[in-house]
Amino acid sequence: MEPFKTITSLAAPLDRVNVDTDQIIPKQFLKRIERSGYGEFLFFDWRRLQEGPNAGDPDPSFTLNDPRYKGAKILIAGKNFGCGSSREHAAWALSDFGFRAVIAPSFADIFFSNAGKNGIVLIRLSEEDVALLLNRAATTQNYELTVSLEAQTITDGLTGDERFHATFEIDPFRKFCLIEGLDDIGLTLRHAVALDTYETKHDQANWLKPRPAA
Amino acid sequence: MSNTPKTLFEKVWEQHVVVEPAGEPTILYVDLHLIHEVTSPQAFEGLRLTGRTVRRPDRCVATVDHNVPTTLAERFNIVDQIAAKQISTLRENCKEFGIELFDIGSREQGIVHVIGPELGITKPGMTIVCGDSHTSTHGAFGALAFGIGTSEVEHVLATQTLPQSRPKTFRIAVEGELPKGVTAKDIVLAIIGQIGTDGATGHVIEYAGSAIRSLSMEGRMTICNMSIEAGARAGMIAPDETTFAYLKGRRYSPKGEAWESAVAEWNKLPSDPGAKFDRELIIDAATLAPYVSWGTSPGMVAPITSAVPNPADAQTEGERRAFERALEYMDLKAGTLLENINVDRVFIGSCTNSRIEDLRAAAHIAKGHHVSTHVSAMVVPGSQAVKDQAEQEGLDLVFKEAGFDWREPGCSMCLGMNPDILSPGERCASTSNRNFEGRQGRGGRTHLVSPEMAAAAAIAGHFVDVRNWSEIAETAEAN
Repeated sequence: MEPFKTITSLAAPLDRVNVDTDQIIPKQFLKRIERSGYGEFLFFDWRRLQEGPNAGDPDPSFTLNDPRYKGAKILIAGKNFGCGSSREHAAWALSDFGFRAVIAPSFADIFFSNAGKNGIVLIRLSEEDVALLLNRAATTQNYELTVSLEAQTITDGLTGDERFHATFEIDPFRKFCLIEGLDDIGLTLRHAVALDTYETKHDQANWLKPRPAA
Repeated sequence: MSNTPKTLFEKVWEQHVVVEPAGEPTILYVDLHLIHEVTSPQAFEGLRLTGRTVRRPDRCVATVDHNVPTTLAERFNIVDQIAAKQISTLRENCKEFGIELFDIGSREQGIVHVIGPELGITKPGMTIVCGDSHTSTHGAFGALAFGIGTSEVEHVLATQTLPQSRPKTFRIAVEGELPKGVTAKDIVLAIIGQIGTDGATGHVIEYAGSAIRSLSMEGRMTICNMSIEAGARAGMIAPDETTFAYLKGRRYSPKGEAWESAVAEWNKLPSDPGAKFDRELIIDAATLAPYVSWGTSPGMVAPITSAVPNPADAQTEGERRAFERALEYMDLKAGTLLENINVDRVFIGSCTNSRIEDLRAAAHIAKGHHVSTHVSAMVVPGSQAVKDQAEQEGLDLVFKEAGFDWREPGCSMCLGMNPDILSPGERCASTSNRNFEGRQGRGGRTHLVSPEMAAAAAIAGHFVDVRNWSEIAETAEAN
């Protein structure tokens, strides 16, 4: 996992609530057995015109098709981002497309976990702050945000009273793992002795076994 | 040890704590890991790349469900080569790592959340995970069961544990007698409509109350299944005599003395009187009706007797825009009576509603009638065992005579990873769990309903209030 330090990048606004993982990566791309290459399928249906003579062509009204946001590493969205299916392909697609951070008022639990395991920082801000950032990203040319995970801050490049500055909460252990780019399995295996001890005892609980003891 | 009253969730959680490192998530032991073809290949590949292996193959069970075609002809000759490769990859991985696989053609194959319970693999008090958000289904047995991503699948394969931060608890009590025609599906749709699709984020729900206690295991599974649609980490129901009666005699249920001692343990699991929950909600069962979803999020539901809501009545600006977008996608106008919405397709199936009781309920409605001429309807049993049982009871004949397609088991049109999909613009009454844009096929329009409501819509050609089915059916026949 790529360690996350501080990023300064264009921010793309996706002003929708309840963005579900079926939209982030539709089902037809879940049949692949690889872990990479999902970026081109990110928001597959939303990026394309669904009707009319040019159906299938890029929909110019969709944020990620707007050349203004090309190369954006930060996505801003409405509440409950990543709800629905547990497919980690959603995190893989966002990461492969180039996103390193998503800002929203709230995130769904499973997506939250999947994003962290792929080096994507999820930042919860208030509804008001997110509304402000969505508006600025939509109306300001080359609107950039700086996310510092170390300092837990988000700032924009405006000056004076206009300058956006917010702090965000993150679980300290999650922060540590993101900054160091740590492998979870390796971290758990630090507790191998405790696990062996626990498991030996736990295995005596036959009523918690999938199949009866032979 | 303190004598503080504990919730069902707390009892199961505490029994599975391996270690609680300071300042880090708890390492939680996993009793059962269910595996399917879609979310596992990258996890097995990860093990190979890091030189790790599967710690406890005996605590894993695999099946194929998401990609499998539901026609006999295609089942053993899968046309979609990418899907076929994913299925053969699971076969190879199970063989390499010694994991039991219920493959296509086996009598045990089926949707992973249907076969776990019916084989008696799922049991009260267990921790159960699967790379599928509807793993919450198994909570109906008093297990702590939740969906995980593929990195976590790899983590469980390698360590039989997961690092987890402790969720909060949310007790939802449904009290009183359920009105006639109101099902478990309607209860859970009503709950999601009330608390919202993020209403239980970060929480484990315990469903309680007399209306929940009165449900069969099938009904309880339907409710726990859709906990994720309310954002919950998991849903649970305390085990009781209904649970034990369901499990007794199943293939992997304990037998003899082991059964007696298991029941003694399971009886200790229900929440203690006075146990504290972080949140509580009480719902009066008498206020519930059959529900139909009208939008593109499972919280967008309304009783069958009502109309498509007006975005102008939304509580917030964000909600208003979401309503407008949903109505545009669904091609619906505010104020249209739900009963006046015609359907093109009907899907009875999915891990939410494909068990024997669901099929019996739908067949009861369909018996002696015929699917409307402009509707195409299909029934997809949740497992081979459900299909066999239904055929023994003659339900397949009821469906076929009524003009329903009778299919082979799998996830099918719940998410359309196999050939069963909606065409753009098609409108479907579905017993599944998600009405997201494009979920059942690009441009498809999904309305979530109970099996009874789906069968009635198939016959009437539009949504109807199943509580008035006998009168409606007479009129339909006369026409």
